[in-house]
Amino acid sequence: MAGPTGYSAVGGRTWRSHLGLWLSVFFLVSPAILVFLWMLSLSLKTEVDNTAYPPVFVPSPLTLANYIETFEKNRILLYFWNSILVTGGAVIVGLLVGVPAGYGIARSRAAKSAVVILIARMTPALSYLIPLFLLFQMLGLVGTITGLLITHLVITVPIIVWVMIGYFENVPRELEDAAFVDGATTWQGFALIALPLARPGVVVGAILAFIFSWNNFIFSVVLAGKNTRTLPSAVYNMLTFEQLSWGPLAAAALLVTLPVLLVTVIAQREIVAGLSSGGLKDG
Amino acid sequence: MPPASEVTAGRVALPSRAASRPPAHDFSRKYGWFILPALIVIAAVIVFPWLFTLWMSVHDWNVTGDHRFVAFDNYRRLVSDERFLESVARTFWFTALAVIIPIALGLWAALTFHRHFPWRGILRTVFVMPMMATPVAIALVWTMMFHPQLGVLNYLLSLAGIPPFAWVYSPDTVIPTLVMVEVWHWTPLVMLILLGGLAGLPTDPYESALIDGASRWQMFRYITWPLILPYVMIAVVIRTIDSLKVFDTIAVISQGGPGTASETLNYFLYLQAFQFYNIGYASAVVVVFFVIIIALSLLLLHLRQKTKWNA
Repeated sequence: MAGPTGYSAVGGRTWRSHLGLWLSVFFLVSPAILVFLWMLSLSLKTEVDNTAYPPVFVPSPLTLANYIETFEKNRILLYFWNSILVTGGAVIVGLLVGVPAGYGIARSRAAKSAVVILIARMTPALSYLIPLFLLFQMLGLVGTITGLLITHLVITVPIIVWVMIGYFENVPRELEDAAFVDGATTWQGFALIALPLARPGVVVGAILAFIFSWNNFIFSVVLAGKNTRTLPSAVYNMLTFEQLSWGPLAAAALLVTLPVLLVTVIAQREIVAGLSSGGLKDG
Repeated sequence: MPPASEVTAGRVALPSRAASRPPAHDFSRKYGWFILPALIVIAAVIVFPWLFTLWMSVHDWNVTGDHRFVAFDNYRRLVSDERFLESVARTFWFTALAVIIPIALGLWAALTFHRHFPWRGILRTVFVMPMMATPVAIALVWTMMFHPQLGVLNYLLSLAGIPPFAWVYSPDTVIPTLVMVEVWHWTPLVMLILLGGLAGLPTDPYESALIDGASRWQMFRYITWPLILPYVMIAVVIRTIDSLKVFDTIAVISQGGPGTASETLNYFLYLQAFQFYNIGYASAVVVVFFVIIIALSLLLLHLRQKTKWNA
């Protein structure tokens, strides 16, 4: 972030400060690298290498057998599709209701409605599950994709509303006021003026909602049936109910988290902007 | 895209959003229709569950749906339930560690990534990746790394001449170990919040401090720290809330064990509701849980108001 010259630029630039900087960076980044590389390594090694001591770091021979086994023994593609449906649906509905709400709250300065969002952010996701589970039993929604999609709105709607409030507040009100003078309706002011200007916010909100909805697994553990599980809860079930060896488990773990990691890498600028401004994550 | 500092400015000033124009009737007349759909969704999936939970918590409710009114029996039972009380104490212990350590490391990371150096963008992305990674998947990898005989962590320790560590296999070390996983996941979030704070700092104080010959530490202690304290408080509030609700990593890595050594409040709740099917009792746990979270958040937000510099 190219902010104003801060703490750094005024400090001395000696070799010692450079060394300190790079040691800091090394120490900070290496835990992340260790875990991700170890996951990759486990997923590409043979079972013999995975259970060897001392551990084998670089896979040799390199094998894709773990991935093949994961695909053959589990219905990964079905779970992947379920995740796409649930997360995709929850993000789309979240945008449809959340973006206008963010605009309405920002423009009317209805701080009280923002408080509801904050409290929703504080509540553990699990606590929504008990009443929704009972309700879904009555409505016949347990074990359906629709039911899961509805519960994921608990995650996506607050994130999107919260992000959009911030972005709409930064769209100058005067632009819309000028349009209103020319006879534009409130809706036109929103759709034709404010929304295009706040489009980066829509991207940020959608990305964050996607990531945290994708990562959620407890809703699916409790509510999904055998055929409607999302990817994270399917992997959780592999761990608890089937005795699998390390290689295929690591391969499955990597496949689950790969989509969000790719999104993170592609959209890192938007994510940094969105999160350094509010700091939220799922319920 | 608006610079992060601008977005942040609006966010930090949240309480003042209610101030001044436009008048209240403007709200319902002009903007009510924009908020209505979200209001309906929030009423259905968020407010309804809150109210229903409150109602269930005063009933004896089993999984078949039979229920009878028992007033505050569930709450009375909670007060004398050792397992519940221990889980509360354990949750506070976990939370204390899982707030302080990420704040300290996150501050260090923010000061580091605020400086300019080659490959900063890529390295920052790598650093941020843990908070985006699917917790279940990562917890699986940690589980394998913690393995007492074959795990890579004990091997790395042995390289440094340190004897094997019990990790999640001993009641004494399971909480610190789970805190470590939590720190790994969420230090990046603290870093991002503080980075937003650092980006908005004024330059003048540093220039005059430099002229006065202040040391780096003095500049941090007397300029940077007071100015980013509000952001630190935001991070503390968010970390506190998230640590109280920790669930994913515990469910995968230790399932509350060994014994009940890592059974936090949220995991206790999960067991009561979806393993033992004590629906009414679990609802009372939710209500108490909720009260704890709100009380702590209000306390921290109050402290944050006191530390506000741009009010």
